[in-house]
Amino acid sequence: MHRRSIIFGAAVVLLARPAPAANLDDSVGRYRITASSRIAFTVDQVGGGGLSGSFPQFSGTIDLRDGALERSSVTFRLAPASVVTGESRVDAFLRSDAVFDVARHPEITFRSTRVRLIDASSAAIEGILSARGRSRPETFTATVVRRSGNAVTFKVTGNVLRSPYGMDVGTPIYSNIVRFDMTINGRRF
Amino acid sequence: MPGRKHISPRHSPPGAYGLTAIIFHWLVGLLFLVQIPLGYLTQAVASRPALQFDLYQWHKSVGFLILALALLRLAWRLLTKSPAPPEGLPHWELAAARLAQALLLLLTVVVPLTGWLIASTSPLRIPSYVFNLVVVPHLPLTPSQDADRLWSSLHAYLAYAAGLLALVHIGAALWHHFLLRDETLSRMLPPAGSHRRTR
Ligand code: HEM
Ligand code: HEM
Repeated sequence: MHRRSIIFGAAVVLLARPAPAANLDDSVGRYRITASSRIAFTVDQVGGGGLSGSFPQFSGTIDLRDGALERSSVTFRLAPASVVTGESRVDAFLRSDAVFDVARHPEITFRSTRVRLIDASSAAIEGILSARGRSRPETFTATVVRRSGNAVTFKVTGNVLRSPYGMDVGTPIYSNIVRFDMTINGRRF
Repeated sequence: MPGRKHISPRHSPPGAYGLTAIIFHWLVGLLFLVQIPLGYLTQAVASRPALQFDLYQWHKSVGFLILALALLRLAWRLLTKSPAPPEGLPHWELAAARLAQALLLLLTVVVPLTGWLIASTSPLRIPSYVFNLVVVPHLPLTPSQDADRLWSSLHAYLAYAAGLLALVHIGAALWHHFLLRDETLSRMLPPAGSHRRTR
């Protein structure tokens, strides 16, 4: 349950912004996702509240193409072993073979396959999420938050089901749905 | 066991436990005897975290069921009269039986209470979702590693002590039934099975 693709969507949005054509030209290019980005998630629990955390270790690129947004792309990978929830026993549980199984599956990846504009500032990024040895199509929504020169920031959200990846331990106490809330900072390179 | 009168079912012969007391005894007793190895298992499978998580939830669910039944049973026990003890018991044995039974009755309430205290003070804040049906709220306490550890060890000591006491209790019941051949155990069996054929 990690999403990396969102960024891409954001890029699209960018393109589409106020005066689509003009802005597109401005923003076209390849961006590296910087460490200042934040990959946060929440899993609701029965009776209210939930478990939240983040993944501080990740990398990725955003490729904003000229003209057709559909040809833009995002790749993202993160290290599930880096998960932090503020409670070390929970972190250990998430890293164990009960959830991420980081010993055998050290990486979670996302590769975009299609970008669809939703409105002037947001886009749906479809792609393949691979986690714990299984790959599935997932969609994230990216919204452009800021653009300036060589930098771009997207807010990326999306819900991912745990069960298709064999990570549904703890349901129904903990929701099957992981809600991702990411801030993706890209820097042109 | 004060008094002779028993309020419970008409078909209970004099001197026998009422049907309600009998059902409570076997339901709580059997659940309790399953719950101790289940609690032990939650610790023994620490190397398999997914299984451990599920066993914890079963343990908590069964534990809350025991707590509810044990509270009802305690109320029943206090509000109704129990049959007089079988005649001719040595004084020390009567005293020992009474003490053991009072302790067992109390422990079926206190042990799950200490379990609830673990769940309520654990920094993990895992909800208690009894049989995936009912959320039992945490007791209003501040979670901390220390409180968690304290209640965990108290819970373990009390549970194993209760288990040992139950073994002595069961041994005494079997001793009476198979060696002394008196009616001690029959008094705690459902009327149909143990008494009808004496008609
Ligand atoms: C009559 C009811 C219960 C019995 C007989 C019982 C018995 C046990 C036993 C024997 C253990 C293993 C102790 C060890 O070896 O360290 C255990 C552990 C545990 N029990 Fe219970 N239990 C009961 C009810 C509950 C309830 C209601 C809860 C929670 C709501 C609970 C929560 C736990 C927890 C969290 C542990 C693990 C403690 C640790 O971290 O070391 N138990 N229980
Ligand atoms: C499974 C084997 C068991 C047998 C054969 C058994 C047998 C008996 C018998 C014969 C009595 C009646 C004693 C008398 O009239 O003085 C009794 C009472 C009692 N037993 Fe057990 N018992 C068993 C398990 C348990 C367990 C596991 C507990 C507690 C956790 C328990 C708690 C009690 C209590 C509290 C009483 C007092 C009567 C009442 O309040 O209902 N027993 N038992």
